[in-house]
Parts: sequence; structure tokens; C-alpha cells
Amino acid sequence: MTKAFSVRKYLRDLKLPFCAGCGAFTIMNVFLQAVHEMGHKSLDKFVFCSGIGCSSWIPSPYFIADSVHTLHGRSIPVATGIKLLRPDLNVVIFGGDGDIVGIGLSHFIHSARRNLDVLVIMVNNMVYGMTGGQVAPTTPLKAITTTTPYGSFEHPLDSARLAVTAGASYVARWTTAQPNELKKSIKKALKTKGFKFIEVVSQCPTAFGRRAGFKGTGEMLEWFKKNTIPIEQAEKLSEEDLGGKIVVGKFVQRQRHTLVETVYKTIEEAQRVEKG
Amino acid sequence: MKTAKPGTYFWQGNEACAEASIIAGCRFFAGYPITPASEIAEHLAKRLPQAGGIAIQMEDELASIGAVIGASWTGNKAMTATSGPGFSLMQESIGYAFMTETPCVVVNVQRAGPSTGQATKCGQGDVMQARWGTHGDYSAIVLSPNSVQEMFTLTVKAFNLAEKYRTPVILLSDEIIAHMRERTIVGPVEDMEIINRREPRSEERVFFGLEEVPPMPRIGEGFNVAVTGSTHDEYGIRVTADPIVHRRLVERLNNKIQNHTDEIVDVEIYNIDDCQIGVVSFGCTSRSVYEAVESAEANGIKIGHIRLKTIWPFPDRIVEKMAQTAEKIVVPEMNLRQIFYEVERTAKDKAKVIPINKIGGGELTTPEELLAKILGEVEKK
Repeated sequence: MTKAFSVRKYLRDLKLPFCAGCGAFTIMNVFLQAVHEMGHKSLDKFVFCSGIGCSSWIPSPYFIADSVHTLHGRSIPVATGIKLLRPDLNVVIFGGDGDIVGIGLSHFIHSARRNLDVLVIMVNNMVYGMTGGQVAPTTPLKAITTTTPYGSFEHPLDSARLAVTAGASYVARWTTAQPNELKKSIKKALKTKGFKFIEVVSQCPTAFGRRAGFKGTGEMLEWFKKNTIPIEQAEKLSEEDLGGKIVVGKFVQRQRHTLVETVYKTIEEAQRVEKG
Repeated sequence: MKTAKPGTYFWQGNEACAEASIIAGCRFFAGYPITPASEIAEHLAKRLPQAGGIAIQMEDELASIGAVIGASWTGNKAMTATSGPGFSLMQESIGYAFMTETPCVVVNVQRAGPSTGQATKCGQGDVMQARWGTHGDYSAIVLSPNSVQEMFTLTVKAFNLAEKYRTPVILLSDEIIAHMRERTIVGPVEDMEIINRREPRSEERVFFGLEEVPPMPRIGEGFNVAVTGSTHDEYGIRVTADPIVHRRLVERLNNKIQNHTDEIVDVEIYNIDDCQIGVVSFGCTSRSVYEAVESAEANGIKIGHIRLKTIWPFPDRIVEKMAQTAEKIVVPEMNLRQIFYEVERTAKDKAKVIPINKIGGGELTTPEELLAKILGEVEKK
């Protein structure tokens, strides 16, 4: 009998920092399973970039790999410098909703536009968890957070649709209640060229769930299951019918020239002109 | 042709900086348009790809310096160039580069601030920002060129210092030096000192401590390096509460610069051992000082001059020396007193320090104005 696979082989022997019931455990586990199933014995061919926030701690420093834990919102720019000079490496970015589409939103849009060859896994827990539960650009309307004690008065951002509009090569959204679909999606994204964006709607029982009226992790996952709707189905519904639903699935997969391709073509061209 | 051939050029300051960066080994530039620094980006957009490098315009200055930091961790030399408003935006990442010991060069072509100020006019108001701009206990290496030739040589030096000390280095230029054209001599590359960072042997795993300047691995080479702006131990592992780890790290980062002040400091000195009056100057303002010094001597005044090529770390010992003989030290600046306070601190009560400040419209203090002040101060005693 073969020994059961454990993701521990990719992890440093350190205590993980996440609260009990945090979705980050699932996402870390699913990502490493995907990498394992793709045949990567180690993470040597990967570089991980992350910003500031709970989910930015998924790779750093726990993965036995090169990891750059950058400033709040700046993981994508740092990844840009790395990927352009090391196009041979798989550059994967982990970040929260505050990090990627709050403070770092501009970089997110522009790197999708450039079709920068990286995979961004955004853990959307709908709140600023690390700082104690403040409203985020992804917080549902009317949700109670520490900075919206009367309920959020803002509409949340649809990050996945934004990535599609901005030009990403691959965009998908899943929740932590669909680990198998998420794993398939990660594998698909890692095989796709260009800018890949996977949004994972994730539970934060500590800083979001308990104020939003959930009794615990289980109830949040139940909410995800009940509230998700496949994108194929969602496209047939009106905006009103979709209110409060989490649309999941593959939003786009397409071929566009990637930044690495165009930058290196430019270098070739410049050197040809110079010699000619 | 990859790098500029040896010869004599009639370059603009920004052009000299761009060409020097390629000679120094820069292979990545990321920037955002801003007056009066844009020519560096424009020139490198053309020239870096010819040299096999990459120049990219990012969405803002936050992204520009971020990309430069990422590029540096691949083992390549990288640079960005900006002016006051962009330099303000970059401050958080300059602190990150300091904390993570990421060599890189940040060019700040100063213009008249604060805020948007006078975008096309010269200023020297970022002297203290270059030293203290990021939060936390930080030490900066800041160079100040006063000619197109020095835009060239100090750019190479900025890369060398960044690589040697594994830290961000700021080339604090100004609009006048950056935009004027002068004869610039480029010698053979093989005669120039080019320093490259020390890289670890394959079995080494300590990249953030033990030694004053630890070796820096490249990403993607199997070192499994963990880089973080959080307080970290010598292996790069985040340690967010231990007082000893924080003290050890931040003190080492500061000491690796402060303890090498004498090696880093670069000044031009004229007659500081025997002067009744001294001048301390830097950047564009220093260009008026030469003529004023000559004229003062013609008037029978014993005058000395210290021209700072390194502003930070500040050359305390050299200014102290001047203060031993000079009764007064004049400090002309295109700001409302910045280096003045450093000279005053250093001169203590040995010499009276007299500020000369002029801002607005990019107008330099003229040699005549300086001479009048010097003559006035000599007569006053």
C-alpha cells in the first residue's frame, strides 16, 4: 500500500498562523495537492509573492520555496520584476481581497491588461481579517463589520469580472466549499499562459463570520454551498435574481500575447535594429 | 554596441545617468513619467533592450520601485528614476528594500516642492526626505552630483555602493544638473570599478544575518529564500514579537552603513585646514561656490570649501575639521535650511554657521550673491 500523500513535504516545519476554521488551510492544502498532482516533487520551479494580510502568509515563509512577502498591495509589481527576468519560473501570488483589489487594485488591473504571466490566487474573505474585521471592497452590502457597525453602505466589487474586462487570460471563482473544482482550476491556470486569476471566496469565522451572524465555520461553508450558482446558470439570470449569490466557475480562458512574449520580442527587435 | 564606447560626449545629465547605469550593469529599469526625470526612462527605453535589458513603464511609482525590487532578487541590477512627488510615493518601498537588503538605485531628480510645486524648476528640498523619508530606524546612502560628468560617475558609484552594502542607494540629483548638457568623458569600461553583490555558495542558507553584509542569493536557484519586510531572523523567517531579533536586525542594518561612513563618504575638499571662513555646498548650488571662492581669495580672504558628493552618511569628521579653523561656515542651499542643520550640529560651537537660502523659479544663488555674503560675514566680526 502506498503511503498517503501529505502536503507537509512542501512545508517548512513551522506552526501555521491561521485561526481555527480559516479558509487559508483549505486553500494552502488544495494548492499543494494541485502542484503534487502535476508532478512537481518540489517547489523549485516556483516563486511565491504575497503582500500583507492573513492569506499572504499562505506561502511565506511556510512553503519550502523562494517567497517574497512584500508590502501591502505590492505583490504584483514585485512579481512583475521577477517574472520579466526569470520567465522560466512559475510565479504565483497569494493575496487577500484587501491586498489585491483594495490597496493593490491598480496593479491588478494593469497586470491583467499587460497579460503578465503570473497566477494570482485571491482569498476573498470579504473583510480585513488581520486588522480585526474592517469593511473591505468585497464586503456584501449591509454586512456588519467593525467599521460598518450599522451595516456596509457600499456595493462590493466583482473582482473576477473586472479581471475579465482588464484582459486576463484565465479567470475563475470558487469557494472553499468546492475544493475539487478549485484544484482543477489551479491546475488549469498553471498550464495557461498569461495572467491567471482565481478568486476563492473563503470563510473568516473570526473577524467576519461572527459579526455577520454566522455561528461558525460550518455555517459559513453551508452558506457558500447554498449561495453559489454556476456561471453558466448565472448568465441566464437577471441582476436582481442574482442578488447576494456567489457566481462560480470559469469566467474566461483565452489566448492573448503575454507580457513576457512581447517584452522579449522587443529586446530581439532592438538588438536587430542596433546591429542592422 | 552594448555600453557607450569610450570617448567624449555632449550629454544631458539624465542621459549620462542612463548610460552610466548600463555600464554599471543595470539590466532592469521601471519608472513612471515625471518632470524633470523622464529623460532617464526615455533614454533607457531605447538603450536597455539593445543591451539585453528591460525597461518598462509601470502604472505608478509604487509599482515602479516594486518591480525594481523584484528584479533585484533575480540577481540583476535594477534602477528607477523619479522626482519629488514620485519619490514620496516610493518611500514605503525604500524602507522595504532597506529591511530586506535589496540593492537598487533610486534616482531623485529634485524639483521645487512641496507637493506639485514648480515641476520644471530646480530645488534641493528633498535632502532630509532622502535621509528620513521612510518610517522606522533607517540609514540611507545618498549621493549628490554637481555636473553631467558626475551624473555619470556617481550613477556607477550608486550601483557599486548598493551592491557592496546590499541596500538601496539614492542618487539625489536636481533639475539643473539633470537637464544641462556638458562635455562628458567615458573611459574604458575595464578601467572602471564595477562591484557586484556577493552571492552565496550553494550550501549557504543564511542570507539575513551573522555577517554585516550577508550574501544575497538569486531567486530560482534552489536557495528557498524567504524574503520579508517583517522583522526576520537570519534565515528570513518572520519573528514579529521577539525584542532581541528585532534589535539585532535593525541595528545591523543601520550599522552596516554607519560603521562604514569613512569608506562611503566622498567629498571634494579645498583648503579646509587653514581657512577663516568656510563653505559647505552640494549639487547645483556648488557650481556658484567655485567662482565665489576664487573671488573671495582675490579679496585676500582665506576661504575653504567642502563640496558634498555623499550627503548621507554625512561627513561629520571633515566638517568638524573645517570648523576647527573657520570662524564661520556658510551653507548655500536651494531650500529653506536642510544641510545647514547638519553643519550646525557638526560644527557645534566651534564655528558660526550661516545659511544662504534661495527657492523658487529654479534660481541659483549667484556667485556675486555668495561673494557679497562672504565679504559681509568677514567684515562683521
